[in-house]
Amino acid sequence: MDPALIKIAIGGVVLLGCIGLFFGIGLAIAAHKFAVETNPLIEEVLESLPLAQCGGCGYPGCEGYAIAVVTDPDVPPNLCFPGKERVAAVVAELTGKKLTAVEDQIAVVRCSREEGRVSHKHEYIGFASCTAANLGFGGPSSCQYACIGLGECAEVCPFDAITMVENFPVVNPDKCVSCGACVRTCPKKIIEIQTLKARVYVPCSTMDMGNKVKAVCQVGCIACKLCVKACPAGAVAYENNRIKIDHKACIAYGPSCNEACVAKCPRDIFRTYQGREVIARKPELGLKMAG
Amino acid sequence: MWTVVACLIPPLLLSVFVFGIQVLLITAVSVASCVAVEAASQKMLGRRVTVRDGSAVITGMLLAFVIPPGVSPLLPVLGAVMAIYIGKHVLGGIGYNIFNPALLGRAFLLATFPVAMTSAWLPPLKDIAVFSYLGEGINAVSTATPLAVIKEQGMAAFTEMFGSGASLYSSFFLGWRPGCIGETSGFLIVLGGLYLMYRKYITWHIPVSVIGTVALLSWIFAGDTYFTGDPLLAVLSGGVLLGAFYMANDYVTCPSNKISQLVYGVGIGALTVMIRLKGGYPEGICYAILLMNAMSPVLDGWFKPRRFAPPVGGGR
Amino acid sequence: MTSLLTFPKGGVHPPESKAQTSQLSIESMPVPDELELILGQHIGAPCTPTVAKRGEVNEGDIIGEVSKGLGVPLHSPVAGKVKDLGSSAHPMRVSSPSITIAVNHEAEPRRYQERDWHSYEPKELLGMVKDAGIIGIGGAGFPTHVKLSPPPDNPIDTLLLNGAECEPYITSDHRQMLEYAADIVEGAKIILKILGIKQCAIGIESNKPDAILAMTEAARAGSTADFSLSVKALTVKYPQGSEKQLIQAITGRKVPAMALPSAVGVVVHNVSTARAIRDAVVLGKPLCDKVVTIAGKGIARPANLLVKVGTKISDIVNYLGGLKPDLAKIVMGGPMMGFAVSNLEIPVTKTTSAILFLAADEIDTAPHSQCIRCGWCLDACPMGLEPKEIAIYVEAGRPQDTAQFGVFECFECGSCAYVCPAKRPIVQFVRLAKMKAKR
Repeated sequence: MDPALIKIAIGGVVLLGCIGLFFGIGLAIAAHKFAVETNPLIEEVLESLPLAQCGGCGYPGCEGYAIAVVTDPDVPPNLCFPGKERVAAVVAELTGKKLTAVEDQIAVVRCSREEGRVSHKHEYIGFASCTAANLGFGGPSSCQYACIGLGECAEVCPFDAITMVENFPVVNPDKCVSCGACVRTCPKKIIEIQTLKARVYVPCSTMDMGNKVKAVCQVGCIACKLCVKACPAGAVAYENNRIKIDHKACIAYGPSCNEACVAKCPRDIFRTYQGREVIARKPELGLKMAG
Repeated sequence: MWTVVACLIPPLLLSVFVFGIQVLLITAVSVASCVAVEAASQKMLGRRVTVRDGSAVITGMLLAFVIPPGVSPLLPVLGAVMAIYIGKHVLGGIGYNIFNPALLGRAFLLATFPVAMTSAWLPPLKDIAVFSYLGEGINAVSTATPLAVIKEQGMAAFTEMFGSGASLYSSFFLGWRPGCIGETSGFLIVLGGLYLMYRKYITWHIPVSVIGTVALLSWIFAGDTYFTGDPLLAVLSGGVLLGAFYMANDYVTCPSNKISQLVYGVGIGALTVMIRLKGGYPEGICYAILLMNAMSPVLDGWFKPRRFAPPVGGGR
Repeated sequence: MTSLLTFPKGGVHPPESKAQTSQLSIESMPVPDELELILGQHIGAPCTPTVAKRGEVNEGDIIGEVSKGLGVPLHSPVAGKVKDLGSSAHPMRVSSPSITIAVNHEAEPRRYQERDWHSYEPKELLGMVKDAGIIGIGGAGFPTHVKLSPPPDNPIDTLLLNGAECEPYITSDHRQMLEYAADIVEGAKIILKILGIKQCAIGIESNKPDAILAMTEAARAGSTADFSLSVKALTVKYPQGSEKQLIQAITGRKVPAMALPSAVGVVVHNVSTARAIRDAVVLGKPLCDKVVTIAGKGIARPANLLVKVGTKISDIVNYLGGLKPDLAKIVMGGPMMGFAVSNLEIPVTKTTSAILFLAADEIDTAPHSQCIRCGWCLDACPMGLEPKEIAIYVEAGRPQDTAQFGVFECFECGSCAYVCPAKRPIVQFVRLAKMKAKR
């Protein structure tokens, strides 16, 4: 081979080698000097999380929770909803915290727009988003606490657990991890997280008075408070013009009351709830149910 | 949209007179396949079918306008698939395409059928009585486009073929020369463009900056020495007018702000002249527009509209 | 007449559609049997009622007071009995607390004595304005006495009266300028005295030549050594009557974003507010009626009505002979910035300047399509914003990132949505962006 070419080749190799060496040393110094102190435990915890970035724990992303649970002794290890018991156990073991039970929860839509035959007070034309529709006169429904039905909750659900059936959100209990993304986005604030062990639920969120509700909805709560009086456990309360159930007290009392509230309700707005099975709805209306 | 279609019909009719009836066939095939591809892709992608808005018809006509009149009528079918499906719907449908669909179709055809797309030129029909006087200045009818003749054989050969002086300009301006189907008639294109401006569908910014830049740079660089080029010939001999009025102006792919539109137009003009003089192709407007299409979001980011009175201290 | 003044950037020319009512004199509507007075008439916290259920009230009695923060008292427009303290439908909010008054038709209408205001001190005049419950009745509902007490570090030199009335259909200011020109000028002089300044310019769009003439004459007659009033004719262009645009058109000054007009030494009031101030100071009459333009093809008889605050739309409809079958949409306010309403039980508030009953051919219900980036909204935006970008960001689910396009400078004039060839509800996107970006 031409010695000149060999010379050039060697020159190239040497030159590039020198450049590589220079930058290599530079990077090594930089890595050492500007090293970010990381707790290896955070990495470990982060790896154990499902990394769905759902925000259900209330921290900005999975890394936020990992940092919080490692550094803050008050943050419980069972906040990761998608991870359920398995992840909670791992996190508790890694952080040395006491494992408390992870409650299986689910998002429920507290509205019975279809059964109540809530009519439209106006036609909504515009950007198909519940928040946008809500800006104009509180949405198209006559009941201002009714589901708008444009599916913003289904859109934000990171687990595709919500499907829109006839413009009404239906939560799939197998997919819902109760992260609360839908609760945060719903402009009507009618989605709630409740335990799967709950015995009853109230699919109505109205804060209006009786005659106003009767005018717009055939099943809506008319604030007669018969349920409050009927409950032997004192688990049903009327708070902020809305029915609120203390599920803990309800479950603790047990089935001996035979769901007195459901029996007493004159509007059929108290429903027995069988968790993972099917959300009890009046069968004669023949509504399609998922799950 | 339909107004634009109406503005495109006169150049098409003239083209039929100049090149013959097959032009109509190519255009019809192109429009029909564009509409069909649009409907099919919207169905396939689960979108609302909006063929009635006329945008596919415009794309079809413009696609036909930028291919030579002598190609097989099957060519525009392929071009339509590329233009509408790949160029528009895969990218998200109308409003989301980065590149002008018709030009993307042409670029695809030019790459896949280079021979047909660069040699299927037709000479203007001389025996139509109405137009015969126009041909008097042309000594030898060429089947190559004026720009190709200039590029490959030089200015002398061009003058020998197409003549020179006023008769050359008038025949070029009226559309009596070989070229793509819709690009030849400068007069009708400008007329349609002015009408669109009058109706306020387009503004002067892009056409003026494109044509002005092409004229200026051609005058400076296209001659044997500096400042001896022929700006009028440069504007009339290729697809600059069609590109400036109908292609570069496409709402979706051009910048929205007036200043960035001017920069965009200058960029198209400069790239066109550069490709013509230094590049491998005789005509550069197609690639110039496509390249500047890619730039237009960046231009819009650079040149923001002047805010009425932004908050003191640069915003919140 | 000198050349017309205007703002340089943006603006649109919607059909004026004012011919329907511009020639109709203001007509006083008989008081209906029942009035519903919304307690939150102005910007800020709503009033708290000072009357009890079943209590008697006289015309002009204070029935609601604001305990803290911005606000003005609310007066009973009529004599009658408080029927209910409940809530009623509201044009913007879904519902709002209100006072329902059953009207006593037998009661004598209250008489107001004219008095000479020149002897009062500016402080006293300001108190009268506040006590009369006057707010910016051009639309925003900002308490007027607050606007009349600008921060001391911004010296004011000019008062602008806004008679542009650039919204299509509305003619209530136009008729008031024709019929009450002297009152408006007197109101302007009271404002000048309160502010301690001399200069007042009245801006009127040139499509109201009769109003320009009437106001010019009244301004000439009213100008004295202490007060110099002039009328400025403005180009017909929407949104000429927007505060910042009006200031720029007449004085050439630009109000910075997030700042009040006082930052450039200007105070702007609507002509009808000036008239209300005159009535409050000269007659001692609180603000409890309103000139409202009723127009559109969906109402049997269009009119410029003087109605009591609290009159329900349904009463107005009955008085004017009912609705026409081709009614498609009811809008409170102008077609550009007004709100569509879905309930005829909504009462007129102090800020209602028009109720439009639009027929199907006056509105556009076509569904919107994707943005084609034509940039027409950029040319139309009087604030030099990029409405298309805001809309695209909101549609893509990133409303929180729209502040870079100046979403908070937008005053929702609707010029962008008006010119949009894809019929995109850009104002709605902007409102959504403002809401989410604030969170």
